[in-house]
Amino acid sequence: MIEATGIKNIIKPENLVYKKSSVMTDNVLSYCPGCGHGTANRILAEVIEEMGIQSKTIGVSPVGCSVLLYNFLDVDMQEAAHGRAPAVATAIKRLIPDSFVFTYQGDGDLAAIGTAETIHACNRGENILIIFVNNGIYGMTGGQMAPTTLPGMKSSTSPAGRDVKTMGNPLKMTEIVATLPGTYYVTRQSVHTPANVRKTKKAIRKAVEYQKLDRGTCFIEIVSNCNSGWKMTPVQANKWMEETMFPYYPLGDIKVPVEESVK
Amino acid sequence: MAKMRGSIVVDAERCKGCEVCRVSCPTGTIGMAKEVNHKGYYFAYPENPDLCIGCANCAMVCPDGVITVYKTKI
Repeated sequence: MIEATGIKNIIKPENLVYKKSSVMTDNVLSYCPGCGHGTANRILAEVIEEMGIQSKTIGVSPVGCSVLLYNFLDVDMQEAAHGRAPAVATAIKRLIPDSFVFTYQGDGDLAAIGTAETIHACNRGENILIIFVNNGIYGMTGGQMAPTTLPGMKSSTSPAGRDVKTMGNPLKMTEIVATLPGTYYVTRQSVHTPANVRKTKKAIRKAVEYQKLDRGTCFIEIVSNCNSGWKMTPVQANKWMEETMFPYYPLGDIKVPVEESVK
Repeated sequence: MAKMRGSIVVDAERCKGCEVCRVSCPTGTIGMAKEVNHKGYYFAYPENPDLCIGCANCAMVCPDGVITVYKTKI
């Protein structure tokens, strides 16, 4: 630990304004430096702590970098088969209706192998929160092309860039699930700047409130970076994401509840 | 108007040196160390501690949650 010199009198418990949440475990995060997953995990932990729902929370994480969440969050976690997290979460929520159930999925999981489970869980209006971390690539397995990879974007399986004629168009899952009647709150956020982190945290908080009121599926997409997969430094990756990802995946609420009873 | 003075404490051993905190600091408080931690990362540290206003922006964006922020009025 290094401390700022000369201002040691500021470092006192009563002056504390920010500290890592106690819902996070002490394990060192095994994500790459600058990965948005770490920030997303942290704000999820903060919301769980602030709302006092640690003992009632059950998370479901499937396959991909998102699976590592069970190492870092001190809540009950269930591992699901690749893409099947919304189906497992459905069962958990139906069996334990008092619990707060969320899934934490990446784009290779939710938008590729788990498309059917995601769409049907949203269509049934299951009372769960789906957190979808979209970095446009299969990060854990070495940066292969995912359904969300942008047109022309290079990946290890599309070295000349994604050609939409042969490889299809990027899938906007968030827009798709927003059209389903079962979803209650659908939003797209990011975690690369302090302002965006605060907005995302607010969105997760809202989703927890809605789940308490039994309103239906809440779906939060977090557009994130994969600097290792994109072969960039974290700062470059965030800039690239702003310039290239956001025009295709614009941030903001896509489906907001008609009656805004919860503020 | 009361001026806010802040201070940050970086857990250097857990820092991965991604520099996201450095670019989000509005006052240029944070710099990257010239030496590395045991994992080989150039960790973040308060290079200009007197400039810190305790806004907690760095801590908000830190993917590894290694920054603790303190703030007081002077």
